Amino acid sequence: MAKVVVVTSGKGGVGKTTSTAALGAALAQRNEKTVVVDFDVGLRNLDLVMGAERRVVYDLVNVIQGDAKLPQALIRDKRLDTLFLLPASQTRDKDSLTPEGVERVMEELRKHFDWIICDSPAGIERGATLAMRHADLAVIVTNPEVSSVRDSDRIIGLLDAKTERAERGERVEKHLLLTRYDAVRAERGDMLKVDDVLEILSIPLIGIVPESMDVLKASNLGAPVTLADSSSAPARAYLDAARRLAGETVPMTIPGEKRGFLGKIFGRRAA
Amino acid sequence: MTKVLTDARSIRIKGRSFLALVLSPELPLDWWLGRLDDLASRSAGFFLGRPVVLDVADLEIDRKQLKSLLDELGQRNVRVMGIEGGRPSLFEPGMPPAMKGGRPAPDFEVPEVDPADPPKAGKGKAAAPITPEEVQPVRATASIIVREPVRSGQSVIFPEGDVTVVGSVASGAEIVAGGSVHIYGTLRGRALAGSVGNASARIFCRRLEAELLAIDGVYKTAEDMAPNLRGQSVQLWLEGDSIMAERLN
Repeated sequence: MAKVVVVTSGKGGVGKTTSTAALGAALAQRNEKTVVVDFDVGLRNLDLVMGAERRVVYDLVNVIQGDAKLPQALIRDKRLDTLFLLPASQTRDKDSLTPEGVERVMEELRKHFDWIICDSPAGIERGATLAMRHADLAVIVTNPEVSSVRDSDRIIGLLDAKTERAERGERVEKHLLLTRYDAVRAERGDMLKVDDVLEILSIPLIGIVPESMDVLKASNLGAPVTLADSSSAPARAYLDAARRLAGETVPMTIPGEKRGFLGKIFGRRAA
Repeated sequence: MTKVLTDARSIRIKGRSFLALVLSPELPLDWWLGRLDDLASRSAGFFLGRPVVLDVADLEIDRKQLKSLLDELGQRNVRVMGIEGGRPSLFEPGMPPAMKGGRPAPDFEVPEVDPADPPKAGKGKAAAPITPEEVQPVRATASIIVREPVRSGQSVIFPEGDVTVVGSVASGAEIVAGGSVHIYGTLRGRALAGSVGNASARIFCRRLEAELLAIDGVYKTAEDMAPNLRGQSVQLWLEGDSIMAERLN
């Protein structure tokens, strides 16, 4: 049974695209057929992070408008043959996305893939609402700072109101992915602590990704963090997050904190 | 511990509903005015100090006739505060304003003798209705319960009564209640109690981190709140023009 996951945040620059690529690659490494879909029409980035920018022929808008068939637009990853990319168009804008077109593409993707990971654009407008529209699960990417947390809260409210599931009276399963976390700065009080973010957002946590140079390095290499160096701290955080997303129980670790403290956070599932 | 949050007075703008007598004149007007005189002779001062609305929806008259009707009523000490159901062409400057959106209330019984207590005029509120237990039937206070956190950007608006939230109210979210606001969680957004004019409404929250609090149109922003109430379990109420706060333990 295919699962549609939207990676969203409201705020820009928190790591949605990086997280989409990393989670997509991590799920594909589990030998589950995965596609990452870029919804950021006009400002596409996922192709760069996936290292596929030189192989784009057709894109999501072409498929929606019927200029190309879905298999023509899908790009298979060179490193993992279970991983695919459906790129966005750079020359169009978000108005090219139609609700009917997106629905049709999603239905077709559901037939062929185990995981469909939608990279939402920032904001709460058309692009973002269409990206979340068909989601079964949502990964809310949040940085430990107040503006990101408030924007995430707004997005959670929209997930409960504007998605297909919400309209059917069901719920979108929501997961918090805390990125760019710096334990030292959180301890100093420059950043919100994990507990503070969880208390405000009250959704379950699937991972804490530490602030790391490895993320930028991987992006510039055109490789998802989890493929570039699977032993790096952010890669391990994403690999664990992907396992949790798939339903496994994995103990939570807070980067840079001592073990004794972990028990407090481990297994924490806020209301 | 009771503390006045600030003395700064703010301007209040709010809604309030009053009960008005509605007169529906019938044609011919002379005949109807005669019946009105008859009523007035049986209970003198019936219209004294009472707001009266003239319902002309079913009346086929023109502007001139309406004007003379208003004069006739004026001579009988019936002061018309508004005209309901009139076409725009009926109105001219100096006439009472057109009124819309009236809600039905039980009919008035005209007392056969003068009421023992003549209504006290000029008490700020409109003269009390003669039979309050009839015109305002006793009802259970309406309330709603929200069982989930109220997220940023969401509004819960319930002018009919109390709002109870089992969960937190996020920064950028708001609760607007005609009655009291109860929050079993952290209040980080806005809470507006008594929004349609209810000075006895209160705000209760398990943890106060609010951006704005208002009761009956009097408001306080986060900056005006006493710092020692932050993060506390608090109730807030109105005394005159001041929002008072007290820790709940």
